[in-house]
Amino acid sequence: MDYRDSAAEAEFRLRLREWLSTHAAQFALTGDEYWTRYGEWHRALYEAGFFGLSWPRQYGGHELAPVYDVILDEELAQAGAPPRPSLGYLVTGLGHHASEELRQRFLPGLINGTERWCQGFSEPGAGSDLASLTTAAVRDGDDYVINGHKIWTSYSDVADWCLLLARTDPDVPKHKGISGFVISMHQPGVRQRPLRMISGVSTEFGQVELDGARVPAANMIGAPGDGWALARTVVAHEREPSTLGFTARYGKTVRKLAAKWAAAGAPAASAASGDSAVSGDSAAADGPTPAELAWAHVQTEMLYAHVRRRLSEQLDGVTHTSDGSLDKLLMTWTEQAVGHASVAVAGTGDPEALADYLYSRAQSVMGGTAQIQKNIIASRILGLGK
Amino acid sequence: MDARLSAEQEDLRDAAARLADDLGPHSVLDLADTDRIDRLEKAVTATGWRSLRSDGATGVEVALVAEELSRGLVDVSFLGPVLADALLALPGATMAVGDVAVDVRGRHTALTLDGTSLRRSAIGPAVAGVDLTRQVAPLAGAPRPAGEVSAELAARWQSLAIVVTAAEQLGAARGAHALAVSYAQLRAQYGAAIGTFQGVSHPLAEGLALIEGSVSILRYAAWAVDALPPPESLRLARIAKVYCSAAAQTVCETAIQVHGGIGNTWDCLAHVYLRRVLVAAELFGVRLEEVEVGLP
Repeated sequence: MDYRDSAAEAEFRLRLREWLSTHAAQFALTGDEYWTRYGEWHRALYEAGFFGLSWPRQYGGHELAPVYDVILDEELAQAGAPPRPSLGYLVTGLGHHASEELRQRFLPGLINGTERWCQGFSEPGAGSDLASLTTAAVRDGDDYVINGHKIWTSYSDVADWCLLLARTDPDVPKHKGISGFVISMHQPGVRQRPLRMISGVSTEFGQVELDGARVPAANMIGAPGDGWALARTVVAHEREPSTLGFTARYGKTVRKLAAKWAAAGAPAASAASGDSAVSGDSAAADGPTPAELAWAHVQTEMLYAHVRRRLSEQLDGVTHTSDGSLDKLLMTWTEQAVGHASVAVAGTGDPEALADYLYSRAQSVMGGTAQIQKNIIASRILGLGK
Repeated sequence: MDARLSAEQEDLRDAAARLADDLGPHSVLDLADTDRIDRLEKAVTATGWRSLRSDGATGVEVALVAEELSRGLVDVSFLGPVLADALLALPGATMAVGDVAVDVRGRHTALTLDGTSLRRSAIGPAVAGVDLTRQVAPLAGAPRPAGEVSAELAARWQSLAIVVTAAEQLGAARGAHALAVSYAQLRAQYGAAIGTFQGVSHPLAEGLALIEGSVSILRYAAWAVDALPPPESLRLARIAKVYCSAAAQTVCETAIQVHGGIGNTWDCLAHVYLRRVLVAAELFGVRLEEVEVGLP
């Protein structure tokens, strides 16, 4: 056990830090502006050799140990750069379930950022009960024709491709009639109607209407009816903080809030003298550190240690499936603690803090609600199922 | 970067778990079984774990043993002796905080650390504590000097003490959680095991997440006791203690709630875990306000 960087990891970190020192500033964006330049950021990161670290070389990855992603996330946060694009669940989903032909066609563009993707799973009538989805795919010659309505389709308006679940057989039990497709978003049968989030961000929450959209039958992932297995792989990986790369971002927000508190709350002698911490003692004279901020810091440090532990366990080939639900709960609690700290420290008058807080409410819903995660933990890990 | 336990560390953890399962109390009634306690005392003595630190064990190893013994509610002394031994290899010693010797069963001397100065005292008659698995006692007679430790050792020892009490909390939380999960599988209402109802299963699921988070932060802090400079190890120890205290208390409260009326009786082990958690929170306690929130 040694949480420090190995020599190779330290060399990688240094190289990354140097690159970021000249490139991070031009991408340090927030809100809608960040998402409009997300593809540009992804490609810059990829071309410099810092993206797709743990993925197979043949698709453009680097085949490094998973812990390199921790280093990447830490350095991105430290440099004030945007987080690593969250594509792990798509790469894993295609990697595990698509044919080699589809993998070779789609994984390189997904990983190098030249093609952008969204995930068409949820529907207005199929949220937590995803398997009840009703979007229909009907065979027509060499194609399938798709009709239906997808919602919460993140970044669908800028996507080239969609990993879509649709019902190919309405006459079998609901889990067995679903198939997965890679469909083009650039066609007349695809209509975009984005939704505005409570934080005001209007580019993330996509809504897609499929009205006679076509997809070649060759773009089906696996066989007809294999869609549910694909869905389970994708959502399980959507839950891992290690694949999401958000962890270090929470730490960055906490440090920013501590700086805001020190600047607004008090002359903060400790900060002026170069002391790197607002400790209980020094804060006592200036008013104590708000409990919400201290708690967000504790949660953030926990999550950081947790991700390191999980990624280390992957060195032994341990893959976490249901455990992803535990990780997702821990990540949710952390993000929401940081959200509470944002409004407690900076107040609602600080637009960035307010947006962070409001956005944090989505964390216990997206990628499977907190309630669903608890159902999974209870039934599959604790043995409390019916 | 590698957060994995070594094979030797896993073996040590498993040995501690087995000992606790074999000889720890399995009911409140067992707490009064002096034959069992004698056998447990002999077994713990035979392992030599009370002198882990002077035998060169790391903070990680001490924390692993503390966690497993606490999970099994082991009610002979370990925490006090192992912390005393981390300062001075003195047979029969336990640790005192202020003028109270903690964890005194089978011990006759108490060490106190004041700055970098050690003092030793005789121990008065043991009294029942809030923690039903551990005895405390007033110091008896005037303390005598017992030497000095380096500032570095004193600083690392402080982190170790915080980490080991946090490990106690994690262990007790795991024990309470396992008790509650088994009960939820057995107890039936409305014709179904209560664990099938989300009102019961969701708090238990949350408890497991809190336990996993505790394992992660505790392991990092335990590693830091020896591997990082003392100010950094102290910073992480405090964070781990705050997290583990909150997590363990919540998990134990959930265990009581899941047991319903039975959980609020003296005869249910749930409160024994809770008491151990509460006392471990106060011992080398850390308040949330003491957590340092770093500036950029």
